[in-house]
Amino acid sequence: MVSSPTSRLLTRVIIYGFLFVLAVVFLYPVVLMVLTAFKPTPEIFRSPFGLPESWSLDTFATVWQRAKFGLYLRNSLLITGGSALLLLVTAAPAAYALARYTFKLKPVLFLFFLAGIMIPIRLGILPLYLLMRDLGLLDTPFSLIFTYAASGLPMSVFLLSVFFRNLPRELEDAARIDGCNELQIFYRIMLPLVRPGLATVVIVNVVPWWNDFFFPLLFIQSDTWKTIPLGMQIFFGQHLVNWSLVFSGMVLASLPLLIIYLIMSRQFIAGLTAGAVKG
Amino acid sequence: MRDAPAGIPSQRRPLARWWSRHWHLFVFLTPAVVVYGMFMAYPLLSSLSYSVYEWDGFLRRGFTGLSNFVTVLTRWPYNERFWGALTHNTWFFVLTFAIQTTLGLFVAVLLAKKWRGFAFFQAAYFLPYTLSLVVVGFLWLMLLNPTWGMIAQGLRGLGLGEWVQPWLGQRATALTTVILVNAWGWLGFPMLVYLAAVQAIPQEFHEAAFVDGATPWQDFRFVTFPLLLPSIAMVTILTFIWNFNAFELVFVMQGASGSPNYATDLLATFFYRTAFGDPTTGGEPGQIGIASAIGVMMLLIIGFVSAFGVRFMQRSQTEY
Repeated sequence: MVSSPTSRLLTRVIIYGFLFVLAVVFLYPVVLMVLTAFKPTPEIFRSPFGLPESWSLDTFATVWQRAKFGLYLRNSLLITGGSALLLLVTAAPAAYALARYTFKLKPVLFLFFLAGIMIPIRLGILPLYLLMRDLGLLDTPFSLIFTYAASGLPMSVFLLSVFFRNLPRELEDAARIDGCNELQIFYRIMLPLVRPGLATVVIVNVVPWWNDFFFPLLFIQSDTWKTIPLGMQIFFGQHLVNWSLVFSGMVLASLPLLIIYLIMSRQFIAGLTAGAVKG
Repeated sequence: MRDAPAGIPSQRRPLARWWSRHWHLFVFLTPAVVVYGMFMAYPLLSSLSYSVYEWDGFLRRGFTGLSNFVTVLTRWPYNERFWGALTHNTWFFVLTFAIQTTLGLFVAVLLAKKWRGFAFFQAAYFLPYTLSLVVVGFLWLMLLNPTWGMIAQGLRGLGLGEWVQPWLGQRATALTTVILVNAWGWLGFPMLVYLAAVQAIPQEFHEAAFVDGATPWQDFRFVTFPLLLPSIAMVTILTFIWNFNAFELVFVMQGASGSPNYATDLLATFFYRTAFGDPTTGGEPGQIGIASAIGVMMLLIIGFVSAFGVRFMQRSQTEY
């Protein structure tokens, strides 16, 4: 292909221009959301695009108190953290067993987990709701923790079993000669070696859990255990005319993940795509 | 399993011997099987049986065969809502798929060039994906407000005031607007997966193509694209599954009944209203049997299409 320096420069300019326009489409609404959050409602309507006249944090403080944001933040942290813990504790040993042992039931179990990858747990919501009610778990964080961990298990078992399968057999044999039993081999030798896999599993699952709105909407009634998305949805609905409060609330609700994303966007992106590509 | 060490006396009872060789498997597998079986496999399987019973609130009555399905498919208003929602979900998927496999794929191929500043673009495109759909929904509800919203104000500022429309309030535009809002929050994900897949293609393949005199388009068409097919198939399956479960954005922006006049109603909002009662029409009680029939049909659609997709994905896999 023949291309003169000028035409190559032109291509570059067009590509950069296109990507820049696209970046504006994705980024500007978020920037606008943050800027607007600092403005009182009359100023939002008067100058929708200008910088805020003052950078006061008053509305954020109002939202924090009136929307019980601190409580929702604690609930979201506990529920997401608890789900991640339960997921790792259940998925890692199962993945290990499926990856490194052969036993009669293995193909059956593999299929059992495989079936769950493609079917969203939401379609079982009615029996799940009644199960939670009968177990007395409605309106408790455990209803969400069990649901999230269960729905994350199939994909996580498969992802982790890929990581476990790639570990050398010699490690296991050496540990066995040193007198480790099967549990010790798993816990002391193999588990620490798949830390990147564990991190991937956590990243892949935590974002949708943190942002989930569907299950809290159905499982949580009282304020005590509402998560950020549910609490904010109700708060926004009540204050829809007060744009200042809604925008501050949106920024507060997005801040935890935004901060993590800005600090470690590379690990974030690597984790998510690894999950998708290997899955 | 490994053979038992020679030292173990063979006259021990077979059950005890079997247990001593297998106990660790139980320790490894039981927690996952219990949690997954109880909270995912059991609800999904029993939702099938829910659909063939008559329900009185949350109390199960007699077996009714397929009459719940017949109700959904033939009796008004269920039939109208069902076909409407199915059409809306299909448009949801088709439009999302079209955007992500043209724009998303194109951007991924560009970003794979790794020029200066591309890391910034990549991070920018992905950022909306980290936002909760509740935030995405309310943000665009505000931005698209025809009186005070930033888009209306901006258009008026540019002298294009007559372009301003109640995008979310009129039947003709509401659903497509919601789908585009969803695409805004979602597109970063397929882009990143495609980018990772493009970067995984060995550079020599492209070099060989160019040595053979290929144009950039031919390089894309005959080298990049065929090797991306498995990734495209996988992302398309995931998109299909999520689009046929989409709920939050419509619930947040258009309410549980998909206003205006069910124009944005989806299978999941229809299911939700039928199961848990419709708050917008003064709390009609939930109909578990009929809702379960809707759920089973969603399950069948998703199951069939994704099974078909997985087969296509496996066939398109190339080893290199």
